Amino acid sequence: MEPFVTHAGRAVPLRRSNVDTDQIIPAEYLKQVSRTGFGKGLFAAWREDPSFVLNQPQYEGATILVAGTDFGTGSSREHAVWALTDYGFRAVIAPRFGDIFRGNSTKAGLLPVVLPEATVAALQDAVEAEPATEIVVDLDHRLVTAETAGISASFEIDDYTRWRLMEGLDDIGLTLRHVDDITAFEHSRPKFLPVTA
Amino acid sequence: MAGSAHRTLAEKIWDAHVVRSAEGEPDLLYIDLHLLHEVTSPQAFDGLRAASRKVRRPDLTIATEDHNVPTTGITGPGVPLTGPDSPITDPVSRTQVEALRKNCAEFGVRLHPMGDADQGIVHVIGPQLGLTQPGLTIVCGDSHTSTHGALGALAFGIGTSEVEHVLATQTLPQARPKTMAITVDGTLPEGVTAKDLILAIIAKIGTGGGQGYVLEYRGSAIRSLTMAGRLTVCNMSIEAGARAGLVAPDDVTFSYLEGRPHAPSGAAWEAALDYWRTLPTDADAGFDHEVVLDAATLTPYVTWGTNPGQALPLASSVPDPGSFADPAARAAAERALTYMDLKPGTALRDIAVDTVFVGSCTNGRIEDLRAAASVLQGRRVAPSVRMLVVPGSMAVRAQAEREGLDAIFTASGADWRSAGCSMCLGMNPDKLSPGERSASTSNRNFEGRQGKGGRTHLVSPEVAAATAVTGHLAAPADL
Repeated sequence: MEPFVTHAGRAVPLRRSNVDTDQIIPAEYLKQVSRTGFGKGLFAAWREDPSFVLNQPQYEGATILVAGTDFGTGSSREHAVWALTDYGFRAVIAPRFGDIFRGNSTKAGLLPVVLPEATVAALQDAVEAEPATEIVVDLDHRLVTAETAGISASFEIDDYTRWRLMEGLDDIGLTLRHVDDITAFEHSRPKFLPVTA
Repeated sequence: MAGSAHRTLAEKIWDAHVVRSAEGEPDLLYIDLHLLHEVTSPQAFDGLRAASRKVRRPDLTIATEDHNVPTTGITGPGVPLTGPDSPITDPVSRTQVEALRKNCAEFGVRLHPMGDADQGIVHVIGPQLGLTQPGLTIVCGDSHTSTHGALGALAFGIGTSEVEHVLATQTLPQARPKTMAITVDGTLPEGVTAKDLILAIIAKIGTGGGQGYVLEYRGSAIRSLTMAGRLTVCNMSIEAGARAGLVAPDDVTFSYLEGRPHAPSGAAWEAALDYWRTLPTDADAGFDHEVVLDAATLTPYVTWGTNPGQALPLASSVPDPGSFADPAARAAAERALTYMDLKPGTALRDIAVDTVFVGSCTNGRIEDLRAAASVLQGRRVAPSVRMLVVPGSMAVRAQAEREGLDAIFTASGADWRSAGCSMCLGMNPDKLSPGERSASTSNRNFEGRQGKGGRTHLVSPEVAAATAVTGHLAAPADL
């Protein structure tokens, strides 16, 4: 996983709540067996509308998505995260995220940033007024700033997830350091538990 | 509150599965059962191969083909995947199914392929085989894994990176969730089902209300539900934002499990029962949040919008977006009505549908098919409506045929299919066309969920069947 320490970029304002993962990437795009190339399916149905925000030239090359509340609800498809990163996004800012989407993001190097609704709206206003507005997402200091718009807001993320993201660590490698604990646990499991074999 | 004397069901299961706990880190949880399907697993197996890792516990892992599988042309075991007789005509779907078969063979994982007698939707076959048991931790790369909580298992959906993690280690690092009690006392009125109950719960707490929580459904109305009803309720926990939903194990659970292929037997059954009886939430345990509903006030529910929280009693009308005080909810309602092509004030009963779908991991069990058949018996599906009845598994299909339900469906003009996810999501040939409107027993009314441009109203099997007869949203009492 690519480490995430701090990222500066332009943003896309997505003024919609309840953006479920079926919207982020429709099911028909899930049939690939690789992890790459999902960017072309990102918001596929909405992108057919020329006025959709991602189609507006002033937001081309943006790397931060500023979305409404309950972003990434619904299906567990990690393909939604892969679609966002493949398209070029490094962070999503929203007032609240679907639990599974948020977890998947932190496994795939996309930073989900929770900020209060008023701050998210202020960021969206700033970007709509001036699409060139630079937003800095600083994971090290847990801070989002849009200096030209006078916005600076701290966000919460647990220490462990922050450390993993900043180091770009592979979870499996971390867990396998404790393989003896896993083996010991397995010896203690009751005999009546089911097996598939 | 590890080790506390006063614990909820979720806390007891959690505590019993902590492999390792360290300050400032998520708990490392052991996973008792890992379910796989073809859509969310190929990249996980690729990851194992790239790192020269094995599946740690293939004996705790099982796979099925469900999302891509067509529901016609499945002639039986050994149906070919390639060539002119393959039921799968989409080459990309076929590649995904092929990848699962290759991966299961290479890593030694048991697979139920299309045509197999035990093939079906992953969340239907787990309980059916008796693999889903109280007190287990169960994961699957599928958000509807919450279904298995109906038997008192802590079961939740995961992404593909986590699938790879479980394959490699049989564990998952997880932050301890908060607990929420959803207490439903009283008796559900005649004609009101588990589906109506869960739609009413989601409408009450919202699609984000359960985020960060494990829900425990409690109270006399939950205790009175059959196992099928409990599975329906827990299935849609994720639609309220919760990764997991639970019902405490009781005699309904035990009698459901006894005698199933993977349920313990003999002395092991007695040992398991003794353990299962220790699991229910202690009388003095506290929840982080509690929601209370009165079952007696409920009526059949249907959705009008594009998220499962946008639901109302069937007797109501399409709401006016202006009636929502919250600006985000108002904007969402406006968008939803545009997408759904509905006008405020239209009686929900006046909404005509083109397609009726009975099936999915929400309502694809034998009890659901019986409910739909009892409404259709002696009646005809309206000429303007196509109706698909898709059993959740091949075993459900066989049972329905033994009971003659297939004959009732066919005589009424409905299409009787073989098992799969079917029209719940647009990944196989069963789809809505752009602009087409459905009444569906599935779980998501998201834009395009059942096919690009399709419009979905979520309903119970009973309402689905009555709607098929009248051609517009209706309850059996309307017939």
